[in-house]
Amino acid sequence: MEMYRSHVMICRGTGCSSSNSELIAKNFEEEIKKNGLEKEVIVERTGCFGLCALGPVVIVYPEAAFYSQVKPEDVAEIVSEHLLKGRVVKRLIYHEAVEEDRLKSLDEVPFYKKQVRVALRNCGVINPEDIDEYIAFDGYKALEKVLTEMTPESVIDTVKQSGLRGRGGGGFPTGNKWQFAAASKGDKKYVCCNADEGDPGAFMDRSVLEGDPHAVIEAMTIAGYAIGSDQGYIYVRAEYPIAVKRLTIAIIQAREYGLLGKNILGSGFNFDIEIRLGAGAFVCGEETALMRSIEGKRGMPTPRPPFPAVKGLFGKPTILNNVETYANIPQIIVKGPEWFRSMGTEKSKGTKVFALGGKIHNTGLVEVPMGTTLREIVYDIGGGIPNNRPFKAAQTGGPSGGCIPASEIDVPMDYDNLIALGSMMGSGGLIVMDDTTCMVDIARFFLDFTVDESCGKCTPCREGTKRMLEILERICDGKGEEGDIETLEKLAVTIKSSALCGLGQTAPNPVLSTIKYFRDEYEAHIRDKRCPAGVCQSLLQYNIDSEKCKGCTICAKNCPAGAISGKVKEPHVIDQSKCLKCGVCMVKCPFKAISKR
Amino acid sequence: MKSIQELEEIRQKTLQKLNVRKDRSGTRIVVGMATCGIAAGARPVLTTIMDEIKKNDLADVVVAQTGCIGVCRLEPIVEVYKPGEEKVTYVHMTPEKAIRVVREHVMMDKVVKEYTIGAAEE
Repeated sequence: MEMYRSHVMICRGTGCSSSNSELIAKNFEEEIKKNGLEKEVIVERTGCFGLCALGPVVIVYPEAAFYSQVKPEDVAEIVSEHLLKGRVVKRLIYHEAVEEDRLKSLDEVPFYKKQVRVALRNCGVINPEDIDEYIAFDGYKALEKVLTEMTPESVIDTVKQSGLRGRGGGGFPTGNKWQFAAASKGDKKYVCCNADEGDPGAFMDRSVLEGDPHAVIEAMTIAGYAIGSDQGYIYVRAEYPIAVKRLTIAIIQAREYGLLGKNILGSGFNFDIEIRLGAGAFVCGEETALMRSIEGKRGMPTPRPPFPAVKGLFGKPTILNNVETYANIPQIIVKGPEWFRSMGTEKSKGTKVFALGGKIHNTGLVEVPMGTTLREIVYDIGGGIPNNRPFKAAQTGGPSGGCIPASEIDVPMDYDNLIALGSMMGSGGLIVMDDTTCMVDIARFFLDFTVDESCGKCTPCREGTKRMLEILERICDGKGEEGDIETLEKLAVTIKSSALCGLGQTAPNPVLSTIKYFRDEYEAHIRDKRCPAGVCQSLLQYNIDSEKCKGCTICAKNCPAGAISGKVKEPHVIDQSKCLKCGVCMVKCPFKAISKR
Repeated sequence: MKSIQELEEIRQKTLQKLNVRKDRSGTRIVVGMATCGIAAGARPVLTTIMDEIKKNDLADVVVAQTGCIGVCRLEPIVEVYKPGEEKVTYVHMTPEKAIRVVREHVMMDKVVKEYTIGAAEE
């Protein structure tokens, strides 16, 4: 085995890759060869390490030097200074990871200090295209234990005891789901993985698939053993080409080692996995629609009961679990359910990966024990809001979720606490908003998405959400009417209770949640025709301050709508009914007499 | 088709290779690789140390470099850190001396006193 004294880990997750990290990797290989170091230093392409805001990320071991925002032109310097002469290039190190003359260990960096990486443990640490590296860090040890020492019932018991709940958003106890499927009678059973990840802003599943695909493969094989299945399907959205490639390589490697296929590890147990690609439909992330899609039908949900654990894919007992749920399984088996239970809150055990986005410094992936407060995530880990703007709300759960206002920022994040606030955990998307975000606009944005993605099968969703969207658009356009809020609330409640699937049942959530906590904003839009956050274009009002106005007529001459009138040397006035809100007058005024609100 | 035993072998072998990425708890050998070090011949010392580690299949040993420690006239300098022990600084190192340091100090816990900085100062 080759021994290298230094490993250069370069992130090749989708985020850093789209910022040219492959070119950086190639430059490293070239420079290392130029300096004659190819027998001493190895370059490894790895998965997402989480701090996406500062990508491309390169970590050099053994020093654990965290280089951030690396450019292809920086590589030559890093190689000649750090790799050849041992002098870390301080100006390129992530500023929170260096202190005077000392490189901090990653545990001291604020972004990582409070994180506990369980599902993400291998991301950024191993080369995901090399099965040996997965094996080195306890990979496939869980499968060994399951096939040699455990019965299917004890596997299910272990998962039940751990308290693991579905990480895709439903939060249903995983062990119970497996138990129902195990108890169902069927000549054929299926294990499915939901890698569709449709929530806008969520990318934790993508990162697990790109950075640690074997964790999912191992977990699915264990699940197959537990419920009595020999066939698995991973349904991954086609918009994730890197994830598809890494999964394909991983499956081939697992088959080569006999970890997939017939008679795995000589136990007599058979299991294999195939990949199925999604084709751009959010609704196909819904359990039954996903299964219809695998069957080759149009992705439309079907009523339950019967539940998939009894009658699912091709009419057979099926379990469908999310990628992140699976990523936790191998460690639960190896380290034991008590270890998993030692983290989290009473009803939500373990950790959760959040995709932190919006108005926040440290955008990226964050994995914390359940029960960590929103404040800690936003300020301690996320680095706070740019320009020190005040925290207004955080949207959790994507288009199915709701917002958490500033008054509730100390909420411990877990399934039940979020539901109590009118939101939900969802897949873990966490969008931070400051005072420049309009809550009505946010509700409109999410509803716009769900209306587009509705499959059209059931009336409440097909017709209802569309009517809600029309009302919201009118409000944002300055044409809101008294009674609109009440109509929205009534529609929302009706749709929630009558829609066929989760898409329709949860689509009204962002609207209900923003009305609950920000009703005054809706009222300002409707009654005062004003957008407090200054976002909704049609509601912006440009005003000329008559005390500052010198009557120079520049604004009137530049107004494309002829909306400004006034005599020379006298204060001018804007006719609001003609004003196009283009903002040209404000830009042109030499006396800063025009403002918008 | 791999058996459980073969998997365990892969595990151990790969862990050694990946040891560099984990938090250091084993022995750390640091070679001075500043301009003075390189000029004095630190690179052959470094490669020899790496070869010895590979030949003897040593686990838990990390080789790193560092910049100028200050005593340029004593380069090439090699420092050995063993957990729980005091750091030992070897000076005027050559590839041959490096082999002895790895075999005796790193593998058998016998500091090679005549190569240390203490001996050089006398």
